[in-house]
Formats: sequence, structure tokens, C-alpha cells
Amino acid sequence: MSECTPTGPVVLEIKNLCKNFGGRVTAEGLEGGLWAVRDFDITVHQGELAGLIGPNGAGKTTVFNMVSALISVSSGDITFHGKSLVGMPPHAITQLGIGRTFQNIRIFPRLSVLDNVRIALHPHAGYGLGSAIWQGGAFHTKERELTDKAQDFLSIFELQDKQDEIASNLPYGEQRRVEMARALAAQPKLLLLDEPAAGMNPAEVRSLMDRIHFVRDRFKLTILLIEHQMRVVMGICEQITVMDFGQVIARGNAEQVSNDPKVIEAYLGKQGGKPGRRE
Amino acid sequence: MHKSGFRFLGQSLQFWATVLLVFLFAQWILMPRMSNFRNTAWIMFPCIMAIICLGLNLIYGFNGQFSLGQWGFYGIGAYTSAIITYRFGARVSLPIEGITVPLPGLVQKLIPMAEMQLFHFDAGKAGLLLIAVAAGAVLAALVSLAFGYIVMLRLGSDYFGIATLGFTLIVQNLLVNLDRWIPETKGARGMVGIPPLTSFFWAFLFLVLAIVVLRNLLYSSAGRAIVSVREDEVAAQAMGIDVLKYKVVCFVLGSLFAGVAGALYAHLYAFLSPSYFSFAQSFDPMIIIVMGGLGNMTGTVIATFLWAITLEGMRIWLPMGFEAWRFVIYPIALLLLMLFRPQGIMGRVELGFLRAPKWPRRTAAATSANPEGRKEAAA
Repeated sequence: MSECTPTGPVVLEIKNLCKNFGGRVTAEGLEGGLWAVRDFDITVHQGELAGLIGPNGAGKTTVFNMVSALISVSSGDITFHGKSLVGMPPHAITQLGIGRTFQNIRIFPRLSVLDNVRIALHPHAGYGLGSAIWQGGAFHTKERELTDKAQDFLSIFELQDKQDEIASNLPYGEQRRVEMARALAAQPKLLLLDEPAAGMNPAEVRSLMDRIHFVRDRFKLTILLIEHQMRVVMGICEQITVMDFGQVIARGNAEQVSNDPKVIEAYLGKQGGKPGRRE
Repeated sequence: MHKSGFRFLGQSLQFWATVLLVFLFAQWILMPRMSNFRNTAWIMFPCIMAIICLGLNLIYGFNGQFSLGQWGFYGIGAYTSAIITYRFGARVSLPIEGITVPLPGLVQKLIPMAEMQLFHFDAGKAGLLLIAVAAGAVLAALVSLAFGYIVMLRLGSDYFGIATLGFTLIVQNLLVNLDRWIPETKGARGMVGIPPLTSFFWAFLFLVLAIVVLRNLLYSSAGRAIVSVREDEVAAQAMGIDVLKYKVVCFVLGSLFAGVAGALYAHLYAFLSPSYFSFAQSFDPMIIIVMGGLGNMTGTVIATFLWAITLEGMRIWLPMGFEAWRFVIYPIALLLLMLFRPQGIMGRVELGFLRAPKWPRRTAAATSANPEGRKEAAA
């Protein structure tokens, strides 16, 4: 499955994306402050499983946050199916078809697992405030459909028996699965996964990767995945982009990337240099 | 899974029959056995207070937006409706003569009334009260829409709370100086001459409506969106929920409740004073919802009655000469409650029809679409 080559229309295209925290942008560069992301480019095609890797603090999550508009873009452009996302509110971007998970789990802690998933279905609920308060016959039909759909997503992640549990009472691995189920329930075309394997043991990582492939095929998704463990991403991604200090340092398939001297340097440090530091 | 047949606001005939029985019990058995003063302070006033508290609980308990502004909207609702009934109260009257049924001896023992009056009421006055309540509620909702939209666009939770406190202060100052434009409000001297139209029927009716509307809203998709904003705003946005919209919806609906409560309050004691709408009093609803449990409807209603009977009621049942002790007992009671039951009286437990509707679990057989199944099919 992972040997198919990326073809088809472009789903996500990011061009010259920059983000600076603090400081002032001048013609010469940035005065004071920090470039979190600088001149970042990526093109993701339909049906692709792209990886974005890099050491801690490379700016991977910042890119995700800019795509989902949780933080503003300093300059550059993000287009999704040819439509520019810059300046759109976060909920509109999700409704356009970009779902995401978070690096540190962000499920709704005090709600039941079922409600967690049903919240993501809210834009597709099909009824407004008025019929919610009136609770006529149509309301119950739609609510039944909504719950059915949510239970479908739960059973994909084998959580159907946990639907009434409070989400924060679940073990860590299951919370991650709830978050994935919730992201899928928002019915995205492009799924952004922010370190889905964080804190998982090798066996769990394997089953997670199986599941990622499965949902991609079943829902015809395009997936962009962040990971900082090289090992995980090498096995599953067709196209890998490596970032360091906010910039793209390498791009290609797993083999090309893992042999790239810049990547080895970013992860292991320069030969003969101080460990963990580069100029 | 939902039985067909009669349903009003999503509730069955059985539910409304129970509501009617509770009403008749209170109206004919409970209330005639209490003094008139206690009726008002322990039954009718908490009914009204519960409406504003439910509104505040929607805003703070369910949507997570700290608001001290509800007292201001309460004031707006009270004065708006009072001005309407003050002007038209004397002129509108349309009494309807019903039937008077003499009661048999056995029922006499239960119900301290010689005869039961059915369908005796003044349709004109009832209509006037409804119009006044609607006007108070709509004005409170409109003001809260403007205020909420402008302020919530810019301010997060705690800062929003301070802004709403400012709003309550502004409203109180406006009420003090209102006689400049509307002389019959008489400014700081207090407004007298409001017709006392609020009966137990109206207070109870609006309380039941408020509870049912709130329950229906919260157990719908919109309600889950509202709660998700409290749980994690960022995640809610990432799930496609328009956070600002739902904050404003809650704020407006909560203020509408406050407006209704204010209108009923104005016609309860037939007297309004701007000092009652001061910011110190604005903490009462906040105290009640924390007592009952944030995000708990049952708790809010129970806590309102408990608060009215015990804490506010101390001015009634404390023995003569000890009235001042309520300023000692009240804070100690709050302190103890917060120490030993910080989650409120009810915590997370809802009772009766306020419980979340349960959905049956999927059986394992229905789970055809799991990765393992796929792998087997491929092999």
C-alpha cells in the first residue's frame, strides 16, 4: 500500500509560509524576535500520506497551527483545493474539510466518549437551535442518525464499549484513539495528525499505523503527519519533509531523507561539533 | 425508541400531568398552610430566582463564561416590564367568570378552602403581564446581544467577567437616574404603584418552561457544542464549532432568562428599588449556582430553594433580636460548603427528566468495520 506514488490533484499547497514571534520584519530580515517558521513549502496530493519530521522545536506544530488557523500567518500562502485559507476562522477551515489531532491530547475531558465524537459531528447535525428546543419528531430522527454515525466512528477504533465513559478516565492510548475518532467524525478530506504515536509502545505504534492506513483508504483521506521519532515515519510515509529551525532542510522518500547529511546532522549533531548545538 | 403520541417541548403527557399535579399540590395544599409572607419569600421568589440562576448556569456552568452581568439584565427586565404595566395596568381588565365548586367535607380537611374556584381570572391582566414579560425579556436579550458580541469578540473568560461587572454597575447607575427620562420610575426613591400581577401560577409556569427549554437545548447537538466551548475552546474550534457564536447564543439566552425573571420579580413585590440591583446583590445567583453545582440544572433549582429558605430565609426564622447573626452564619455556611462540597450540592448528578438521554451501545457483531476485519479479508 505504501508503494503507490503520489498522483492526482493537489490538496494542500503551502508557499513561502513564515511565522515570527516578536521582533520586526524589515528588508534585511527580522530585528529581534524569532522565526518559528521561515519560507516553508509543501505540496500534498490527493490520497497521499505525507510526513513532516524534525527535531523538537523545529516548527512542525506551528505549521499545523497556521493551517488550522489557531495562530495567525505572518506571511505566505496556504491553499486547500485551490482556495486560500489565510484569514479564515478556525471553525470554517474545519468545515471546509481539514481535521486535526493535537500533540498533547485535547479531548473534552469531562464529557463522555460518545459526546466527544458527537461534538465533531455538530456542523453536520442538520438542525438548528429552534428545533433543538422544540424537540419534535424530526429532531429525534436526526439525533438518532447523528448517534449512529458517531458509534460507527467509535467502532472503527474499537471504542464502542466505552461510549458512556468519561473521556478523562480512559487510559492514555484509548484517549488518543478517541481523539482520532473525533477528528474523523468532523469528516475531513485532509487529516493533520500531530505526533499520533507520542507516548506509545512499539506494539501500539504498529496497530496505530495499520489504522491510519485503514482510515485513509476507507474515507479517501489525504494525511499529513508530524512525527519526531524518525523510525515511525520512515515506515509509512510516501513523502517526507524534514524541518529544522523553521526551514525545510530535506525532502524525498524515506531512503533519500535518512541518508541526507543535513538530516543526520539535525538529529545527531555535526561530526566533531558540540552535541545538540549547531551554528 | 421515543414513544409517539402527545409531546409538548419534547416531553410526554405524563410529564406535563406530573407538573400539573405538583402545581396543584403547591397551590392548594402547601401554600394555604403558610403565611402570605412565607409564600412569597420561600416559594414564589425562589421560583423567579431559579430562572435567572438557570440562565447564569447556562453561561457560566455550561459554557464557561464568567458573568456578573445577569443582575443588570434582571434590572432591565424588571424596569421595562414595570413601566409597561404601570402605564396600562389600571386601564386593562377583562375578567372571566368561571365556575365555583363547593368542596365536599373530606377534601375540605386536605385543602383549606371552602370552595374551589375554577377558571376565574382576569384575561386582560394576564395578557398585560405576558406582554410585559416578553418586552422585558426581549430588551434584555437585545442589549445582551450587542454587549456580548462587542465584548466577547475581544475578551476571554475572566476579563469578560470584569466587563460584565462593569455592565451591572452601569445599569444600576442608569436606574438611579432614570427618573430624568421616565418620571414614574422615581429614580433612587424606588418605583411604586406597579400592579402586583405575579401569582404563583406565573412564577411556576415560567420556571418549568425555563427548565424544559434549558434541558432540551443542552441535550442537543447545539448543547454539546456549548459544553465543548467550556471544556476546551481550542479543540472545539478545531472540530468546526463557531466558538464566538455559541458564547453569544448562551449569553443572550441566559440574559433572556434574566429578563423574564426580572419582569416577574417587578410584579411580585410591586416595588422596585435601584439599590436591589446593586453589584453586591449580583453575587447571589453566582453563589446559588456554585452551591448547586456548576453545570447542573437539578442542583441549581434545589439550591435556589435551599438558599431562599435557609440563607435568605434567616431574616424570617431567626429569633427576634438575633437577626444580625445572619451576617455571621451566611459566610460560615458558604465557607463550610466550599470546604466540604466544592462540587456543589448535586455535583454531576442530575435527577429525573434532567438526566442525559442514554443511547444503547453497539453490540460487537455490528462492528464489521475494524482494521482486523480488513486484514482477514485481505489475507
